[in-house]
This record gives sequence, structure tokens and C-alpha cells, in this order.
Amino acid sequence: MTKGYEEIPLTPISDTPSTVNLTGLWRAFRPIVDKAKCKKCTICWKFCPDVAIVLVDGVPEIDLNYCKGCGICSFECPSKCIVMVKEGTE
Amino acid sequence: MRKVMTGNYASAYGAKLARAEVIAAYPITPQTSIVEKLADFVSTGELKAKFIPVESEHSAMAACIAAQTAGARTYTATSSHGLALMHEVLMWASGARLPIVMTNVSRAMAPPWSVWVDHMDSVAQRDTGWMEFFCQSNQEVLDTIIMAYKVCESKGVMLPAMIIEDAFILSHTSEPVDVPDQDMVDAFLPAYAPEFKIEVGKPRGFGSLVRPDQYMEFRYKAMLAMREAHDRFLRVEKEFKQVFGREHGGLLEMYRCDNAEFVLVAAGSVAGTAKDVVDSLRAKGFPVGLARLRAFRPFPHEEIRALAGKVAGIAVLDRSYTFGAAGAMFTEVKASAYSGQKKPVIKDYIAGLGGRDITPKTIERIFEDIQIATKRGEETEVEWVDVAGLPRRWH
Amino acid sequence: MALMPKTTIPEEEFSVPGNTGCPGCGANLVMRYLLKGLGERTIVAIPACCWAVMPGYWPSHCLKIPMLYTAFEATGAAISGLRAALDVKGVQDVNVVGFAGDGGTVDIGLQALSGAAERQTDAIYVMYDNEAYMNTGIQRSGSTPWGAWTTTTPVGSNRDYKHEAKKDIIAIMQAHRIPYAATVSVAYPEDFIRKVQKAKSINGFRFIHALSPCPPGWRINPMHSIEVAKLAVDTHSFPLYEIENGKVRVTRKGKGLPVSEYLKLQGRFSHLTDAEVASIQKTVDDHWHYLEEEEKYGI
Repeated sequence: MTKGYEEIPLTPISDTPSTVNLTGLWRAFRPIVDKAKCKKCTICWKFCPDVAIVLVDGVPEIDLNYCKGCGICSFECPSKCIVMVKEGTE
Repeated sequence: MRKVMTGNYASAYGAKLARAEVIAAYPITPQTSIVEKLADFVSTGELKAKFIPVESEHSAMAACIAAQTAGARTYTATSSHGLALMHEVLMWASGARLPIVMTNVSRAMAPPWSVWVDHMDSVAQRDTGWMEFFCQSNQEVLDTIIMAYKVCESKGVMLPAMIIEDAFILSHTSEPVDVPDQDMVDAFLPAYAPEFKIEVGKPRGFGSLVRPDQYMEFRYKAMLAMREAHDRFLRVEKEFKQVFGREHGGLLEMYRCDNAEFVLVAAGSVAGTAKDVVDSLRAKGFPVGLARLRAFRPFPHEEIRALAGKVAGIAVLDRSYTFGAAGAMFTEVKASAYSGQKKPVIKDYIAGLGGRDITPKTIERIFEDIQIATKRGEETEVEWVDVAGLPRRWH
Repeated sequence: MALMPKTTIPEEEFSVPGNTGCPGCGANLVMRYLLKGLGERTIVAIPACCWAVMPGYWPSHCLKIPMLYTAFEATGAAISGLRAALDVKGVQDVNVVGFAGDGGTVDIGLQALSGAAERQTDAIYVMYDNEAYMNTGIQRSGSTPWGAWTTTTPVGSNRDYKHEAKKDIIAIMQAHRIPYAATVSVAYPEDFIRKVQKAKSINGFRFIHALSPCPPGWRINPMHSIEVAKLAVDTHSFPLYEIENGKVRVTRKGKGLPVSEYLKLQGRFSHLTDAEVASIQKTVDDHWHYLEEEEKYGI
């Protein structure tokens, strides 16, 4: 929505956190975590390019508002407890 | 303190008195003695600043932009091809609304390669959003730098400015210059205190991507700022006169334009010569005057329109040529005059390119020509003055 | 944040979700690891590149530190200006960082980089190397490796893939006698962050070359971004080393796998014949051998 010229700063200075961009809407594949199999190695958290993974008691919680479904967490998980399923299924 | 000094030294003293904090500059003839003098001031501790000997003019301006964004008052100087190389980042500086002040020693563009004066380099930057002030004397150079910082840094302006010295004529010629006391300058020009600066603890982005649905509003604000700069400059100069006892004629200096029928509009050092010619012609009874275009940006539209309403003929001296309908200054003058009720004859004289001398005789011939043109209601709008091979004689 | 088990890298995040990078973007991890190593007292200058659009449109900002957008060729100049301003204002203890892509560093940005390095500007310059002009749509840069497809080195019947060698930016930086230079890979964040912390502790001009896998540009499945970054190191295609005051130290020997293991995951190399792969193997082997000699005998 276009702001009036008096409502904007004199030059584009960005100060709104990017959490306004719901990049989760881009997903074609969604990660599903089998928490029982998780060995709490923290590797998925370490390699997420979008800081969409938060560890709760060592186990990944994936923020689906931002997860783009790249699949890195699934591929890198040594215990193979993250599976990518097509969005719109299940 | 009065000293005899070159225009380049006047620039250096201006930047020093203005307490420039970061100076990033690259050498180019005939600007070199500005940065040499400033490097001297910094190395003796007379000026507390960081001097960055950058590896190109583009980097000089980019470094100033970054330093200014971080809250430091910056200064640089260049000429001709150096200014042209900076073009991209000149646009950036004004779009970022940074009050950078720079001296441009106005010099011809190559090829043909030339180190001598003309205004092509300065005029070619008229679209960048920078204020442009053409100086006639070394005193004016020093004074305008100090005034420019104050105008540029005003809330409501926040645009950069270039102070223009004619190559060699001002840059390397010595004149007596009154160097103000540092205390008085400090009182006149307080420290730079921007509303926004890039700093630790405030996670912000400066210069982000803006969609088509929002870009125009930023440009509109910049236009308003340039308009404000016009009024602000006049107020700042009035204040300067109160504090330091002198001024240089506002944005359009009128010299004996009262009761003039024919006025020459010119910028830079040639105006000094033209004033002498006006005096000698007036002594013979000719109703002539000189309107010195001190600011090319912001362009003094109102002042020109008012002048056009009072005279029969205006001769515009363009010391540059921009391949448009006519010279750049002429085009602006004519556009400003067009909306006025009374339209005088306005004629463009392209002169002095590549350092070609503009002699008093030539200026007399220009005055003669505008008078004849006015009487005849002449069609030719553009005259190239003193080009070998053309039949007209201008001496 | 809830209780964390022991992690191998610092926990605090300086990246904010909602960046507009591609899925699987290596450059996002480069920035994430860099800031974990440097901390909050950091100001970053970023020229035109993928990272200039990463934060999204105004007024969106995806970092917890301030960022200065700068003209494409000007990163080296921008960090010089930032540091000068901080110095003259007496602001201490701030990491000044230039963060640019490969094109903006080895091509159009080379002059300003060289100037900043020669002046021993007190700053850290990070080149995130996705090996082409990715932001503008995968055009070749001076950092594109020999043999790669890009839109301006298309394969076609002329086989016009890139026939020039990749510019060795670390060698260029070494020629400037800087105190610290290092290569890092997003597959080895521990090594990455250790090098960042080492760089942070040194004054003067420091340079970090980060390999940054790009799924659209390298034609890889996004989920293989880390795997490819790992193979780059393990095949010696992108060795991990650091140079501190002229002393070379290889920081990961790697398994020494055949380079074909690295190339076969990437569509941008799929046109290569066995002979061409063999010539890449030779170049990689020669460079690795040279690195080992440098480490043993000094430069």
C-alpha cells in the first residue's frame, strides 16, 4: 500500500523485521519431523538457511510460516527422521 | 586573517574551517593542491580528520557516502573526468539525502584532452540532485563552502552541494582572501547532527529496494528539498553577512541590472570580466547589466522570470555545450522566462570552451549582438563565439 | 529460547526469518555463520548482489545488525569510509564488514577492494562466492570455474562453456600483504566460525572467501547445498586453508575424493566429457599439491 510522501523517511531506511515476509507460502515440499527418532544432534538447526528451525528440548520445531521446503534438514539429518512430503498432501 | 591564496587553497581553508571529518579524494589536474593542502592540515593536526587516499574518484564519493551515513561531515574535490567518473555515485549521494560538500574545479572534457576551463563537466551533472554554485572569486569559494554545509545539513534540505572553481583561473590564481576565525565559523556552523545514521545497536538498512508503487514519493521529497534549498540559501547568506560582513549576491547576482535594457547572464570567473565591460559600456551610456548565475542548481527560476519581465534582451553565455536545442544555461533561462508575461529576446552565446579566453572585447561584441538581435527580432538563437573558420569576428 | 543441548556453533542468531533468498541458498548460511562469529557490534556494507535483495523490499530488514546498501563496485570504498567515520568519531570495538558476491569482488569490485586492502583498512571483507552473477540470472563472472555452464557461457554446439580459469582471489589478496585471509565452506560451520573469530581478533585488512552453493545457478537440488559444499572440500576443488601473515595452514585435509563426485551433483557441469573432467582433476590436483608445498615450505 503506497504511503503518502509525508509519511516516508527522506531516503529508504528499512527498520521492519523481515518476519512480515511469509516465505512459507513458497513451499512445494514440507518437512515432517519424527520426534521419537530424533537424536538431538542439532545438525538440522545448524544448516537451516532461513533460521526456520528452533530447538525445543533439543528437538527441531520447524516454523512453517518461513520454511521454504529446501530439504537441507531432511538430507543432512543423520537419523533420517525428517521426511519431505508434497505440500497439499496429507 | 587576510592571506593571498589560490582558489584551491581557499577550498582547502573552507573545508578546514567547516571542520570536515572525513576527506576521501583522488588527484586530478587542476584540483591537486586542494587535497595536498588538506593532507598537510591533517598531518600537522590543524585539522582533526581522517584522510583516505582512495584509488579513484568513484571510490572517493563512495567512501564519503559511507562516512556521511555513519555521521561524519565529509568533503572531497575533483575535476572534469573525475567528476564524470563519480556520476553514478553523485546520483546515489543525493538519493541517499546526504549533505556532502565537494569542490569541482570545472575543466573541459576529453577528447580533445584539455586541462583548461569550461563548464561541461559541472553542467553535465545537473540532473544528479546536487546543488551547483559557480564562483567568481577565491573569497567566494571559501565563503560558499562554509555556507553550503549549513544549507545542505538543514533539516528540510539534506542534499549535497558542489562549489565550482574555474580551472586555473580561480584554482591557480592568487587573490587576497579573508580567512574567518575558527570560533566564528563554529558559532555559525554547528557540528553535523543527522536525524538518521548507521550505528551499532540500531539494526536498519540504508538504501533498500523500493517498488514502483512507492519510488515516486521519495523523488518528490527530494524535489521539495531542492526547492527549499533555494530559500534556505538566501537566509543562510543573510546570516553569513551579519556574522562575517559580506555576501556574494544570492542565487542570481544582479550587477547594474536596474534600468538595464540588455543583460548578460553568465556563470563563473568570466562574470568578473563582464562586470568591467558593463562599467565601461555604462560609462558610454549603454543600458547594460550583468546577472551572474551563481546557482545553477537550485536554478533561480523566479529571479530570472522577474528579470525577463524588465529587459528587452538577454544574452546567455554558456561555457559548455550539451547538444540539445541550445546550451544548458540558455535553455533553463528561456524556460523560466517563457511563463512570464513579457518575453524578451533571449540569445545563446557558446564561448570559452576548452579554456579559450573570453576577452573584454568579446563580451562587448556579445552586448552589441544582443542589441542588434533585439532590434531585428532575430531568429538565430545560438551563436558559437570565436570559432576559427566562421565568418563572424568577436574581437 | 528453550533449553538447548550443547551445540558446536554459537547459539545466538543475528539473522531474522523471512529473507527472500532462494530455498537452499548458501549465501544465507554464509551471513548466518559470519554474524555468529562476529556478534552484534557489526556494521555491514553490501553492494548490488543477491544479498542486496535478501532483506526484501523497503522497509523489510532481515538482520539484527545495521546494513548499508552501496553501489556495485564500491564495497571496498564503503568500508574505508565507514571505518574512517567511526575512527574520527571515536567509536571503538566495531566490526566493519564488506559482504559482496564474487562478481562484485573479483570483477567490477576489484579496484575498490585492492585500494581498501592496500590502505590496510581495518575491516573484514567477505566474498560469498556462488561462482557467477547470480542475482542477475546466472551470467559468468571471473570467479566462474573452468567448464561451467552459465547463461553467457552456454554449451550449445560450439561448447562455449567457460574456458577461462577461476580467478584466485586469495592470491590477489596475498599480493597486498594483508594479515589474514581464509577460505571457508558452509558445510563446515565450526571451521568457518573459528576463522571468523580469528579474523575478528586481528587488526588491518582481513579477507574471507566463502563458497556459497546456489541451487538455481549450479543446477542442484536445494537439499544438496550442504552436500555439494562438503564435496567441494573433500575433492580439493575448494580447499579450506588460512594464511596468517604469509603463513599457509590447511585446516581440513579432506578425503581426496575424485572431482567427478563433486561435479556429478551439479547440472552446470553435466555436459563435460571424461577428458574434460580429467583436465579439471589435473588442475585441482596441481593446486592442492601447490597448497601442500606452500604449507610445508612457506611462500
